[in-house]
Amino acid sequence: MKDADDQSAAEPAAADAPSELSEYARVAKAALAGVSPEPGAKKPDPILTASGIRRAFGGIVAVDVEHFEVQRGSITALIGPNGAGKTTFFNLMTGFDKPNTGQWAFDGVSMDGVAPHRMAARGMVRTFQLTKSLTKLPVIENMKLGATGQKGEKWWNGLFPWRWKAQEAEIEARADELLKRFKLDHMRDEYAGALSGGQRKLLEMARALMTDPTLVMLDEPMAGVNPALKQSLNQHVRGLRDLGMTVLFVEHDMDMVHDISDWVIVMAEGQVIAEGTPDDISSNPAVIDAYLGAHQGKTLLEDQV
Amino acid sequence: MDIGAVFENAILQFIGFNACYYAIAAIGLNVQFGYTGLLNFGQAAFMAAGAYGVGQTVSIFGISLWWGVAIGIGYAVFLGLLMGVPTLRLRADYLAIVTIASAEIVRLIVRSVKFRDQFGGTDGLKGFADAYQDVGVRIGLEPAGEYGFWIFTFSGRNLWNLMVGWSLVAIFGVIVWRLMKSPWGRVLKAIREDEDAVRSLGKNVYSYKMQSLVLGGVIGSFAGMMLALGNANVQPDNFSRNLTFFVLTGLVLGGVAKVTGSIIGPMMFWGLYAFLDSLLRELIDKPVRIGDFTLMQSTDVGVVVYMLMGILLVVLMVYRPQGVFGNKKEMAFEGR
Repeated sequence: MKDADDQSAAEPAAADAPSELSEYARVAKAALAGVSPEPGAKKPDPILTASGIRRAFGGIVAVDVEHFEVQRGSITALIGPNGAGKTTFFNLMTGFDKPNTGQWAFDGVSMDGVAPHRMAARGMVRTFQLTKSLTKLPVIENMKLGATGQKGEKWWNGLFPWRWKAQEAEIEARADELLKRFKLDHMRDEYAGALSGGQRKLLEMARALMTDPTLVMLDEPMAGVNPALKQSLNQHVRGLRDLGMTVLFVEHDMDMVHDISDWVIVMAEGQVIAEGTPDDISSNPAVIDAYLGAHQGKTLLEDQV
Repeated sequence: MDIGAVFENAILQFIGFNACYYAIAAIGLNVQFGYTGLLNFGQAAFMAAGAYGVGQTVSIFGISLWWGVAIGIGYAVFLGLLMGVPTLRLRADYLAIVTIASAEIVRLIVRSVKFRDQFGGTDGLKGFADAYQDVGVRIGLEPAGEYGFWIFTFSGRNLWNLMVGWSLVAIFGVIVWRLMKSPWGRVLKAIREDEDAVRSLGKNVYSYKMQSLVLGGVIGSFAGMMLALGNANVQPDNFSRNLTFFVLTGLVLGGVAKVTGSIIGPMMFWGLYAFLDSLLRELIDKPVRIGDFTLMQSTDVGVVVYMLMGILLVVLMVYRPQGVFGNKKEMAFEGR
């Protein structure tokens, strides 16, 4: 079983990797090549660092992360079984929830106590596990909402279109460009509620890009997306790295994780239990234990004895 | 039966003073409820803020009536902040609870014996509107004179009220319409759909909700000012729960999140009310009996009219949930 996995993972990498890898991917992989695959590993150029992050709900410790770093310009996957605390950790990093203890810094600046709405202006943007498309707004309005620093969003400017019309046109042009890239331009004037589930995922990602982020955090981008669209979503996520952004994503779809990530961080029961390149991870016994349980392969009888 | 009189009443109420100050209140409520999704069940309190603001100037403070506009706005802003600070960070229902309670607290304070010297107790305030009515006289409207044509004949005083009132409706209608077309309005509508999504895109949701609550409240306070000036008095019991919910009914009737809906809704509310009321009064000239049991008599008309209005609203919600002017396409995505 383990051997078969290794082979299937190794083959495509050997065949396709040299031709397929972009400049950015090579840089990211090279930077991470020297990092030792152990929990809490230090990265050469981290964009997001966190240490001693602990969040308890009543008596249950949902997140207890000793150290956590994300390499700039990489695609980092955060995986783990259900209830591992991945989404909670996401919420803590983006200010949607506050840890009981711990420090974390984005781009070298401490994020302790920074309100979630200030994150976007600093270059950190997130999406949600349950897609949050604003269904009763047209697709293009959804997109335009994403732009930060809009003059027309101040109420005292709202009444005077000449103060924001120029900026609005600029934003609209940028939105149209992104819609084209995500192949949503034909739905431009439809309500977001008329989009399919997969299209909503794309819209949410495109809308997040309107904030001009440096770190994009995607919470389960593949959940509920059909296989055909998964391929194109993969391409889009790779495309983010190739535009110089850093991507951190939570995912259950191991094919995707293996396919696109440069680095994988595994959480279980609130803690980081393993880190490494996708190949390291798929052969790591601690990860297999966490996903399948330590007693896999043994019979029930053996356990009882 | 005089069906002509029934329609005449309905039409006059459709464009009448009640419809007009209700429309101002509904425009404000629409900013909060229709566009931002804030459940404000205390619009009556904001209206009271405006009404007492103008009422207190001459009667209590002894200053010019026109300060009342500023005082009314000040009260409304204060009230909005007071309600918003503790609740706008919480789930939507908390605002509903707090606003409905605050509106009652405001009404009980202004009618209390304790604050009689400030708010006039149960008698309310009067004798402050002369300066306002003088302006009407100065532009040539004699208070007792008759103006207009056909069924649209008004006393000079009424006509002046209607002119000022409908001008305010037009002004606030245009302001809100333009604001909602701006990026600011887009943020409000997005907050109505999903707060967290808006927050993740870098908008201060709390601040926007506060702005919406205060703006809607200030517009509502103008409805109260209009009511006070038009009647030339302020009565605490005008600002009961009924007022809030009738304004809300008018808004829903017309269609939420539409400026036209918020204006024509209250007009329809009062037109319909007058129509049913006059019709029933014409029909029930003597008590309707089944055997010895009196089913209905003329004194019941008032109650039955509200029952019929309620039924009509339910029927409308079933067959046209977006209201008369609402956007059907928008409603189709209600279930997400």
